[in-house]
Amino acid sequence: MGKSLSHNEFNVLLGALAKDYNIYAPARFEKQGRFSDTDIIRYRQVSQVEEIVWQAKSTYSPKEVVMPVTQTLFYFTQTEYREPETDTRPCLVFLRACDINGFASLDKIYLENGGTEDIYYKRLREKVKFILIECHTSFDNCFCVSMGANTTDNYSMAVRFGEENIQLELKDEQLAGYLDNIGQGNDFKPQFIQENKIKVNVPSVAEMPDWIYNDQMWKQYDHRCIACGRCNTTCVTCSCYTALDVLYDDNCQVGERRRVWASCHIDGFTDMAGGHGFRKENGARMRFKVFHKIYDFNKRFGKHMCVGCGRCDDNCPEYISYSNCINILNDRLKEGEKASV
Amino acid sequence: MTLDLDRKKVVKNNWRVTKVRGKSALRIRIPGGHMSAKHFDLIRQIAENYGNGTVHITTRQGFELPEIPYEKIPEVNRMLYPLLQDLELAIGVQIDKPENGYPAAGTRNVAACIGNRVCPFANFDTTVLAKKIEKEIYPNDLHVKIAVTGCPNDCIKARMHDYGVIGVAEPVYDYERCIGCQACVKNCKKKVTGALAMHNGKVVRDERLCIGCGECVLQCPTSAWTRNPEKYFNLTIMGRTGKKNPRIGELFVQWATADVVVAIIKNTYKYAEKYIDKTLVKEHIGYIVDRTGYQVFRDAVLDGIELNPKARVAKHIQWGGHFYASDIFMTDQSAK
Ligand code: SF4
Ligand code: SF4
Ligand code: SF4
Ligand code: SF4
Ligand code: SF4
Repeated sequence: MGKSLSHNEFNVLLGALAKDYNIYAPARFEKQGRFSDTDIIRYRQVSQVEEIVWQAKSTYSPKEVVMPVTQTLFYFTQTEYREPETDTRPCLVFLRACDINGFASLDKIYLENGGTEDIYYKRLREKVKFILIECHTSFDNCFCVSMGANTTDNYSMAVRFGEENIQLELKDEQLAGYLDNIGQGNDFKPQFIQENKIKVNVPSVAEMPDWIYNDQMWKQYDHRCIACGRCNTTCVTCSCYTALDVLYDDNCQVGERRRVWASCHIDGFTDMAGGHGFRKENGARMRFKVFHKIYDFNKRFGKHMCVGCGRCDDNCPEYISYSNCINILNDRLKEGEKASV
Repeated sequence: MTLDLDRKKVVKNNWRVTKVRGKSALRIRIPGGHMSAKHFDLIRQIAENYGNGTVHITTRQGFELPEIPYEKIPEVNRMLYPLLQDLELAIGVQIDKPENGYPAAGTRNVAACIGNRVCPFANFDTTVLAKKIEKEIYPNDLHVKIAVTGCPNDCIKARMHDYGVIGVAEPVYDYERCIGCQACVKNCKKKVTGALAMHNGKVVRDERLCIGCGECVLQCPTSAWTRNPEKYFNLTIMGRTGKKNPRIGELFVQWATADVVVAIIKNTYKYAEKYIDKTLVKEHIGYIVDRTGYQVFRDAVLDGIELNPKARVAKHIQWGGHFYASDIFMTDQSAK
């Protein structure tokens, strides 16, 4: 079912939905950018269409809704432990096709990896319904088409935002009641981006040859990458956490276990007890990330982790292009093959 | 006809009396050090048609056009109108007869580093504030030098000025967003003052050590650090070069708003009017403060100003600087 709504009508709809759902959308955080007087766009709860930034790609991804940066798993005393209260209200999340596909990658890691479900993820994740934001144009650095992540039918509602009015498609019958007396009926269906400016050739090899792990191509990243981790923190599919126990200052018999995002580019990611760490060179970290995104993950789950949202390239302060790195990798593998013939 | 000049009038008109007999040099102010590139056409025209075809870029972000004959001053002043219009009148500076060129030279061009139009470190738009200050204090004959800088790196050398306005940011920490990567902590320790430390995987900031440079915001990969959108400034005073006791400016007001900074600078003229030594041709503001003492200066320039709650004012100032002779401020009893 399709509908056309004015912005006012859409706000009425949001108001009705807000009675039963927490509504998350990309919103502008003014003057909170890295540089003074610049903004960032990240996810938060919204109540009005005016708060939703649909004209630009968000700086940070919607994974924050189901993967809080800091998550307390439980509180403990000497003899007992207890989990924190969680908000049980269901959620609606406005997000783009690449990001919906990104959630599928997160689901693989948290719900299917090694046959165990991550209960902390699951609790947040199962409350979420998706509202697709239709992309009018492809943004800088997007390569969703190359990753096959430009389309999706995994949404409860799809929305085309416009200055004049808003078109929507309803797929989820549970939401039908909220639309009963609002807007004009039509047969709207969202369009998907069919071409990006950036095209990435993901190597289609069953096994990476051994030589590529030590290839020269990774060396440039040793000095170019500053190991800041922005490519991980803004990525919709990076899913690593590190866990730690915190003992409260005023009583070190009680505390909490929490997990906090971790980044494979940042120092300490591979450190183990005793101080040994793999991947000291930043080029090795780049290699690890790239292989995970477009090779190792796929081997295990039959789907690429990366969805081509391009946030890693949007946010790298050193202008390192991950998408170009994949293309370099693809070329190197071809050259290597030729060389070995 | 032999030249018959009122030398003081020439100088006040922002023209220089030079070592070359018969030739002056025109000085052009560029408030905030930023202007439309179109003005180069006029500057070039004046230099080539009236001067010796060269232009000197001054340390105060102005242009100086040498070897223009004194007779040509009125003609060149008239030509300057588009420049005065765009760089002075348009920002609200009051000039009664702009066709006569610059009305004063004492209060120097307000200089600024490039600020956040370009520089990633900058905490604000330096040119905008420089122009706001220019509007309030120009034209004026009092010898005052002011510079505005985007962050405590102080690329414009604001601390070498009578007033140095240094843009600072109050870092705001979002505990939940911090991933404990330590980038901000290591950076503040290496490059700044070591105001940050790790505790239980999160960061704590020592407010007394933090200078508000904003480096931690630049470092943070999760936007756990952001800048308080309210803009703050550190105001340093009475830095100077010169032959008598050159020195770096000292911190006078910390975490002041732009309005407070502008009001203080404006008040300075009333203070100087009252205390200036009129027996001298011109007395530089810094030496007036040397004579009256810091407290008299402070009370006068803060008079009638409502400080923003976060602002802090120096109780005393321990002046330093270089002394060529230890008795530089000594006078004989016979001297006044
Ligand atoms: S690796 Fe880059 S393009 Fe791929 S999902 Fe992550 S941020 Fe997006
Ligand atoms: S964002 Fe760029 S510099 Fe930072 S860790 Fe990633 S690749 Fe390296
Ligand atoms: S003072 Fe700061 S803002 Fe200004 S140019 Fe230097 S580093 Fe940039
Ligand atoms: S603003 Fe500068 S001095 Fe203050 S904590 Fe951040 S980096 Fe350190
Ligand atoms: S840079 Fe940001 S994320 Fe890293 S420790 Fe500092 S506040 Fe935390």
